[in-house]
Amino acid sequence: MEAVRVFRTRGMLAQLCHNARCFRLLSTLTAGNKRQKLQDSMTRPRVGFFYKTVMICKAHLNTASSTLDSSEIKKFQALANKWWDQHGEFAALHSMNDLRVPFVRDNLLNLNGGRKSGFPLSGYKILDVGCGGGVLSEPLARLGACITGIDPVEDSIKTAQLHQSFDPFLDKHIHYKACALEDITEEAMETFDGVVASEVVEHVSNVESFIKCCHKILKPEASLFITTINKTKLSYVFGILVAENMLKLLPKGTHEWEKFISPVELERIMESNGFSVKSIKGMLYNPISGLWSWIDSTAINYAIHAVKEKVPPEPDYCRSEDKDQPEDRT
Amino acid sequence: MVICSRAIVMSFIPSGLLVVRGLWGRPSMLSLPWAVKRRLVCLASHSVEGQVEGEVYDVIISGGGMVGTAMACSLGFDPNLEGKKILLLEAGGKKTFDSVHQDYGTRVSSINLGSATLLSAVGAWDHILNMRCKPFKRMQVWDACSDALITFDKGNLEDEMGYVVENDVIVAALTKQLDSLKGQVQVRYRSRVVKYTWPPPYHVAERSPWVQVELANGQQLQTKLLIGADGPNSMVRRTAGIRTIQWNYDQSAVVAVLHLSEPTENNVAWQRFLPSGPIAMLPLSDSVSSLVWSTSHQHAEDLLSLDEETFTDAVNSAFWSNEYHSDLIDTAGSVFRSALSLLIPYGSSPRQLPPSVAGIGPQSRATFPLGVGHASEYICHRGALIGDAAHRVHPLAGQGVNLGFGDVVCLTQHLSKAAFDGKDLGSTPHLLEYETDRQRHNLPMMAAIDAMKRLYSTKMAPFVLLRTLGLQATNAISPLKDQIVAFASK
Repeated sequence: MEAVRVFRTRGMLAQLCHNARCFRLLSTLTAGNKRQKLQDSMTRPRVGFFYKTVMICKAHLNTASSTLDSSEIKKFQALANKWWDQHGEFAALHSMNDLRVPFVRDNLLNLNGGRKSGFPLSGYKILDVGCGGGVLSEPLARLGACITGIDPVEDSIKTAQLHQSFDPFLDKHIHYKACALEDITEEAMETFDGVVASEVVEHVSNVESFIKCCHKILKPEASLFITTINKTKLSYVFGILVAENMLKLLPKGTHEWEKFISPVELERIMESNGFSVKSIKGMLYNPISGLWSWIDSTAINYAIHAVKEKVPPEPDYCRSEDKDQPEDRT
Repeated sequence: MVICSRAIVMSFIPSGLLVVRGLWGRPSMLSLPWAVKRRLVCLASHSVEGQVEGEVYDVIISGGGMVGTAMACSLGFDPNLEGKKILLLEAGGKKTFDSVHQDYGTRVSSINLGSATLLSAVGAWDHILNMRCKPFKRMQVWDACSDALITFDKGNLEDEMGYVVENDVIVAALTKQLDSLKGQVQVRYRSRVVKYTWPPPYHVAERSPWVQVELANGQQLQTKLLIGADGPNSMVRRTAGIRTIQWNYDQSAVVAVLHLSEPTENNVAWQRFLPSGPIAMLPLSDSVSSLVWSTSHQHAEDLLSLDEETFTDAVNSAFWSNEYHSDLIDTAGSVFRSALSLLIPYGSSPRQLPPSVAGIGPQSRATFPLGVGHASEYICHRGALIGDAAHRVHPLAGQGVNLGFGDVVCLTQHLSKAAFDGKDLGSTPHLLEYETDRQRHNLPMMAAIDAMKRLYSTKMAPFVLLRTLGLQATNAISPLKDQIVAFASK
């Protein structure tokens, strides 16, 4: 039984490990001095099987120009095999679609009323932040939505593009881009009907600025969907003590418990940045069945749906300005 | 915990069913874990080749018989699958049927209420009613070796138990509905498939992840999901490397159109178990019935070579003769029956006599061999089997096409849900749910039919006595009969 559990959790934790790296990148990019920090984060020695693959690809990418030779393509293929193996490392991420796709779909449809048969989300423009190999982008696109998937890891984007290329329908409906959220904020002001950030915010150093970016690119009354890990004793035990120290599934230091965020805190940040939180639901992963289910408790994983308010409420607006000013002076 | 236990049930049921498969003498794969086995099967069957280009479909249905055409209609009318690219491939020509022929077709099906619901859901039932079909309100099944009988009806004799419809009428009605789905479902008649190339079960980036279909005219197609509705010798099943458990019954069925000696209400389906095999008479109209007589190959050939008058006599005597009766069992049976009628006074129903046959339709006789078969798996990566491709049964219970239509309903449900959840239609999880649901229904049904066939194939007194008492007891207990009827009409 223990062995089964180890095997199953490995998938999810590897994904977290991967995300950790992506969003460390993302947050360093926001902090300025981009080039230097990028180099730092990439040369930092790390173990972990998936991480290694990414690093090898990355190293090749640095030496090669934008045109790729065939050995490069082999690498992306190897990576694609990992991302799209439904029983492999990303199994938990694949099965999480059973919850998050209906969560996004139903909340969007309930908000706007009416249901089109066939492609219920046709006409919606959705941004998938941290899309990775496109595990969530593809099902949302199949529902008819027009998806923009962004991820700072170029390899993941290439993987996603390769996978999408076999399906003419997906090819038309998804547009992937290797960049950070901040890079597209200016050009995509008030563009999207929905932003999905799944298993992302626990790796972002400055959640508030992340939420602010989401706010900027959303149309008024559009939806933001987030799934992440709570900051509780339970998540510390399972996410860090068990996974990193006892079972050594992940290299030490992959997760920083301090970066986990509680639903209360996340809700506060969202509310004070012009969002109105509509629902918070707990999620539970069963490592034996490999399936996710909704639960009442938000003690470990949870999903949150918020809507951008038409006009940000006055007091919050002032407060966030106040907060920015002292930083400018120093 | 709920999820966990569901998953355990899901993953263990198929292996549990292997035990049933073992009943049929093929326990060879029992020792392997189920998931491993599935992987091996898939691995064995795919060939590594360069990528082949071709139009990409969401679903291709191979085989446009009754079940395949129903599948195409059912998917075409599902609101969640609107906008998907669906294609039906049929090797034969288009079967239109604007005016019904004077002569009745020899191949008929008994359509239960579940199948009728499917056919009306896709709009084909009105066409069938406009063309030709005959409801029956009662079934009488009796033994040639004793007086034991069992009747099934819906209590008041006012509701239909089912319908007898010619196969050609069913296909024509469904084809009419397919025509109305032009934008949603494409149909290619006279297109024979020469090759299926299955993708490996895991993602390999350099080649197309879809099933490649090569037609005889050299055209290449690709599909995310291939549904095999191509009959008992399914090429889809064979190329996918899915094993089947099958054997022949050493029996052939003789079919014919029977003209009754006088018009009657004719709303009873009759079946008598002869030691050589069951003989059944299904109503087609007030004065016409359809014959399905299962018997040995030799006897079937003999029957076919008889002149029409002698054949008619043979049919009548098969329904009426008492040559297999024995006094001992008759006595035991009647004692038991009187005992039962004391215990359950209103339990047993009166024996009715079948109508006598005056002649047969000209050139309406035909024969075909009977067999049984069951695919050990109904699905593989990007593939699913329905109808006779997945399971073939003895016609004695009139269940063949009904099991197939049941597959159609179930697979449509699972695909519809998968589409609404944005899933890849060819991915395994929801196909597995289809397989589990259907095997849970089909296997007990097939086992029951097979057991019944075997039980009634003997003249040995102990077995005859046993089945005589059993049938009488079952007949007297109405709740049990209701259960049987409910199960058979699902």
